[in-house]
Amino acid sequence: MNRKLLGRTAAALAFAAALAAPLVASAHRQWMLPSMTVLSGNDAWVTVDAAVSNDLFVFEHVPMRLEGLMITGPDGEKVEAKNQHTGKYRSVFDVQLAKPGTYRIANVSDSLMVSYKIGGEQKRWRGSEAEMAAAIPADATEVKKTNSVRRVETFVTSGAPNDVALKATGKGLELVPVTHPNDLFSGEAATFALVMDGKPAANVEVTVAPGGVRYLDDRGEMTLKTDAEGRFTVTWPRPGFYWVEASVRGGAPAANGVERSALYVGTFEVLKE
Amino acid sequence: MRIVLPAALLAGFAATPAMAGDMTIGIEIPRMTVAEYHPPYVAVWIAKPDETAVKTLAVWYDTKNPKGEGATWLKDMRQWWRRAGKSMTMPANGISGPTKSPGKHQIVIPAARLKDLAPGAYVLNVEAAREVGGKEVVKIPFTWNGKAAKGAAKGSSELGAVTLTIKP
Repeated sequence: MNRKLLGRTAAALAFAAALAAPLVASAHRQWMLPSMTVLSGNDAWVTVDAAVSNDLFVFEHVPMRLEGLMITGPDGEKVEAKNQHTGKYRSVFDVQLAKPGTYRIANVSDSLMVSYKIGGEQKRWRGSEAEMAAAIPADATEVKKTNSVRRVETFVTSGAPNDVALKATGKGLELVPVTHPNDLFSGEAATFALVMDGKPAANVEVTVAPGGVRYLDDRGEMTLKTDAEGRFTVTWPRPGFYWVEASVRGGAPAANGVERSALYVGTFEVLKE
Repeated sequence: MRIVLPAALLAGFAATPAMAGDMTIGIEIPRMTVAEYHPPYVAVWIAKPDETAVKTLAVWYDTKNPKGEGATWLKDMRQWWRRAGKSMTMPANGISGPTKSPGKHQIVIPAARLKDLAPGAYVLNVEAAREVGGKEVVKIPFTWNGKAAKGAAKGSSELGAVTLTIKP
């Protein structure tokens, strides 16, 4: 465990644990939930909840920390979050949609995870590449480095949608919309592509889970797989918010011996016409 | 005033057939016995049979909102917003107007506003969305070919009788 985390709250520790084990089936889910995704008028705002939980979209575990919050406006410029607050179970912030078009609201992290043995004991460390040299003892053995890029995001549109903010950054696992993420309707099919470092992510498993299942017996989750072009198509069974998650791990280690791991989570609202 | 053109001259216009005719749309807003009533937002538009919007004819919304916030709820007319509204600027001259009280209302679209409507099959859409109330869309299919036509449909919650009359 990173020494810097020891002084922080239990919530932060729990969140670090959730981050450290994203590929375990039982891992808590990270999500952002906007108050609305399709808006009209001259003074449009959304408020966004960000949390980590088992049930979607219920505040019951820990808040999402927003160090990597990155909001991109319809002109590609950065937009500042307002009224940011982190409580016991959720973080909250507001976004003013001052210009018409589509906004991408993302929380992105890019860090290094290192597992190693020292004195026969298994250790894990998480931090930035710059901090690594000082953090890992020189006599550590079985050192395994993994670069972990995570993106948790959602989209909102004021007025007519556009696609400037939707362009992939080329780093980590990203979703490139074929169907606009704010033009999703119950009973219709939507197609998206997953890209890893900007290249099609073929044969990747995608989980699509509806929110609001707290009052239902059937969780209604769908498991899909991307095709050779990294594309997958979802037909939304009913209106509501959906959580879409995919992850990629492994592959050939890069020249510096660092393995890759990437997580994508998107929240999408499906409307009824 | 209608200008009658000689047949020979009309033939010369064959490439851009003048299908113009007045369109009269009747919309009934039902009276409700509810504790909190606000007149509905109503959008009226012509679409192709595949739902592609062709022309928005009328949008009744809170144009007189003291804070100028009436446009905030335009998106609640979800079908119109998706198909047409999101790309339009409101208020729009000759299209937008204030909300209407319960009762029967009539919109007359003069031939001049429909002169660029190509002959073919269309659907008249009327969508109503009410604050703290419901939402409903009523559709009337019609053919635009220069001939007289009549259509009618009835809503079940947010709209009453909706009628369409085309006079050549």
